[in-house]
Amino acid sequence: MTQAAFARAAAGCAALAGAASLPLFGDGYHMALAINIANYTVLATAWALFSGPTRYISLCTVAFFGIGAYTVAVLGELMAWPLVLAVAGAIGVALALVVGLSTLRLSGIYFVIFSFGLAELVRQLVTWFEVNVSRSVGRYVFLDVTQQAIYLQLVALAAVVFLVAWAIRRSRLGLALRIIGDDETVAQHCGIDAARAKLALFAVSALFMTLAGAIMAPRWTYIDPVIAFNPVMSFQVVIMALLGGPGRLFGPLLGVVPLAFLFDILSAQFPNHATLVLGLVFMAIVYALPDGVAGMLARRRRAGAAS
Amino acid sequence: MLIADVLLSGLTLGGMYALIAMGLTLQYGVARIMNLSYGEFLIAACFAAYVMMTGAAIDPLLGLVLALPAAFAVNWAVYRVLLLPLVRRAKSAGALEVDSILATFGLLFVVQGILLAIFGGAYFSYSYLSVPVTVIGSTVAANRLLALGFAAAIGGALALALARTRAGTALRALAADPVAAQLVAIDVRAMAAFAFALGGALVAAAGVLVSMFLTFNAAMGVVFTMKALIVVIMGGVGDLRGCLAAGLLLGLAEAAVARLVDPGLTLAVTYAIFLAVLLVRPTGLFGRKAA
Amino acid sequence: MTAILALDGVTRRFGGLVAVDALSFSVAPGEIVGLIGPNGSGKSTALNLISGALAPDDGAILFEGAPIAGLAPHRIARRGVARTFQLVRVLPSLTCVENVVAGLAFRGDRLWGAAAERAARELLARVGLADETRAAAELTYVDQKRLELARALALAPKLLLLDEWLSGLNPTELQQGIALVRALRDDGSAIVLVEHVMAAIRSLCDRCVVMSAGAKIAEGAPAAVLADRAVIAAYLGEDAGAEAAADA
Repeated sequence: MTQAAFARAAAGCAALAGAASLPLFGDGYHMALAINIANYTVLATAWALFSGPTRYISLCTVAFFGIGAYTVAVLGELMAWPLVLAVAGAIGVALALVVGLSTLRLSGIYFVIFSFGLAELVRQLVTWFEVNVSRSVGRYVFLDVTQQAIYLQLVALAAVVFLVAWAIRRSRLGLALRIIGDDETVAQHCGIDAARAKLALFAVSALFMTLAGAIMAPRWTYIDPVIAFNPVMSFQVVIMALLGGPGRLFGPLLGVVPLAFLFDILSAQFPNHATLVLGLVFMAIVYALPDGVAGMLARRRRAGAAS
Repeated sequence: MLIADVLLSGLTLGGMYALIAMGLTLQYGVARIMNLSYGEFLIAACFAAYVMMTGAAIDPLLGLVLALPAAFAVNWAVYRVLLLPLVRRAKSAGALEVDSILATFGLLFVVQGILLAIFGGAYFSYSYLSVPVTVIGSTVAANRLLALGFAAAIGGALALALARTRAGTALRALAADPVAAQLVAIDVRAMAAFAFALGGALVAAAGVLVSMFLTFNAAMGVVFTMKALIVVIMGGVGDLRGCLAAGLLLGLAEAAVARLVDPGLTLAVTYAIFLAVLLVRPTGLFGRKAA
Repeated sequence: MTAILALDGVTRRFGGLVAVDALSFSVAPGEIVGLIGPNGSGKSTALNLISGALAPDDGAILFEGAPIAGLAPHRIARRGVARTFQLVRVLPSLTCVENVVAGLAFRGDRLWGAAAERAARELLARVGLADETRAAAELTYVDQKRLELARALALAPKLLLLDEWLSGLNPTELQQGIALVRALRDDGSAIVLVEHVMAAIRSLCDRCVVMSAGAKIAEGAPAAVLADRAVIAAYLGEDAGAEAAADA
């Protein structure tokens, strides 16, 4: 390991330890905010893991998140917690494989369109299942999990996401995805099974989103399909990742922190205008910062080095 | 009369889907903008019709006369102000696709946010010509038949205009090949703006017509965008015949499932059909094989 | 000696247009075959059918005796078929070394890590791009062509498909390019060359296949084919073909 890499790893460990010790200090409000940030860090980083290199805009984060949350609502009291997480993850991955197998072979636009309506589809299917099979649409989640425990699990999950994203970037799969992002035809003629590489990454990304949903579920004592599959969440994840810059490992984190504060203020102060402001912020980012903050910083650095 | 029921509701629904999708096929097929905020503009037109009807007692059909030019102007401005910069900065068709998806995704929440701020999240509807009419032994509301009639008239007029007029020929040329269109002295950017605005006028027409019989709220746009996208892709991007065929197919399938299986599964049917089309014929029913 | 590549009655249509019409030819190991013909005669489509970018509607393509028609391009690439593109295609956001590693890391016997970087540098030196650390997008057109060839060579191809790789080079570069292609053949690659540069065809090709309107109209040694009446007619029109025949 080079010295720089060692320093980075040490800094990462220190940041992780700092984040993990946060519950010792904060009160309830800060805990809620910290949970929110940790949750979106997982979601935005997982989103960028797939959409960053492939440039396939996924608009269905909440489909997986909601599946995780709902699995906990249904199975939470029936099984041990690790087993519940495993089942949730398996369902999320299975859905990702079905969606991916049917759309990732085709041009990116089909995937985007499919992902655009996927959360709505899953929501309808869950509602249908609840109405016709379990005969009740809402569910109560009575799990004895403290806010601190939720937060620590999310921080641990975020650490795993970063580690996996880092490992993938250094692997052949990571190179394959960068090649696909540049030119898929060339990728295929280099011997890359483009559809399989995209599918694998989409499934990994979906797994983390599903687990985040499962961990977050006990925060709500009551869950129904409208709460679990709220499309605004998919939207926020895309904004955060784009603001930070999806092309870099810690890019999404740079977007998560300021926007989590912004959304927190928005929903408290202007509940009726939150969607509108979100939309405006999103458009401002798309027009002004096409590579995100991380991309802008990198450009500045390059410009500085050149002059 | 189960079959008549399914056929009638399927055809009225399918006719509406075809009309809704026609605007999108112009925006995506001709102007090359994948507009994810499409459904929000439809809902905005629903609210406009609602306000005119309940606030000023303006008949929705008269409202159509007001809504069409207004929507044309708004969408033209959206293209010139928001989308043209993206067209200019795009290095490739793929980059434009990603940028337009993101920009219109933001626009979706802006329009929805405006509607939510004004109307809140409640469901709205108004009563207009909701008298039952019996057709081949099945009952249907008069407003649905009227909407279907208007949808057919608008679709027919559009098809005729595309086939017979100079502007229509230019639009079809642009849909087929933007580079070649430029070579035969078609002002591609002006025509693209025109196509986008025309598509916006069509979706406003669809919104006004749908509002006569549908209960709507500010957050419903996504479903309409989704269905319009599916109809457009199923029919073949940029093809009006495809819109009609795919719209009717989707309407009939949904009506059949809603009537025979469960109304809660219509979106699942939509998706199943979409997937089936993608697997069998990715370029759509009337789509050309890519060279 | 058995052919490394054999096409038999390969046909591909686009709508009503028959882009490749019952094309049959074969390539022996270590042979350079020129695929020539006027613009739009189906040469590039033929290469796309061989490399798997397109699937044929009809006919058989055998590589080392095994059918490959309709296989996904990555499977064909892994068997040892590499190509360049008519409009040069490098991976713009990757460095030159990464561009070549792209070819090394996913082939049948893959290379990764330090070994791959070493091999990539050797291949870059071979095509004349030594000491190159820039991103591929910053290279000149000619250097991008070199890089693209290095990436194709990274697949250790048994069959190399070059789509107008020698076009657009200046006379010096052309001489270097011709020498390079010849050296590749001497290393054992069979090569199919789609080309308009007649000097390159004459000096490189063992054999030429001439296409017109999707079909093969002549095949043989370059000098003989280029004097063929039907070939001249295809390039220059019927009258020119008749004149040429009269001159002969």
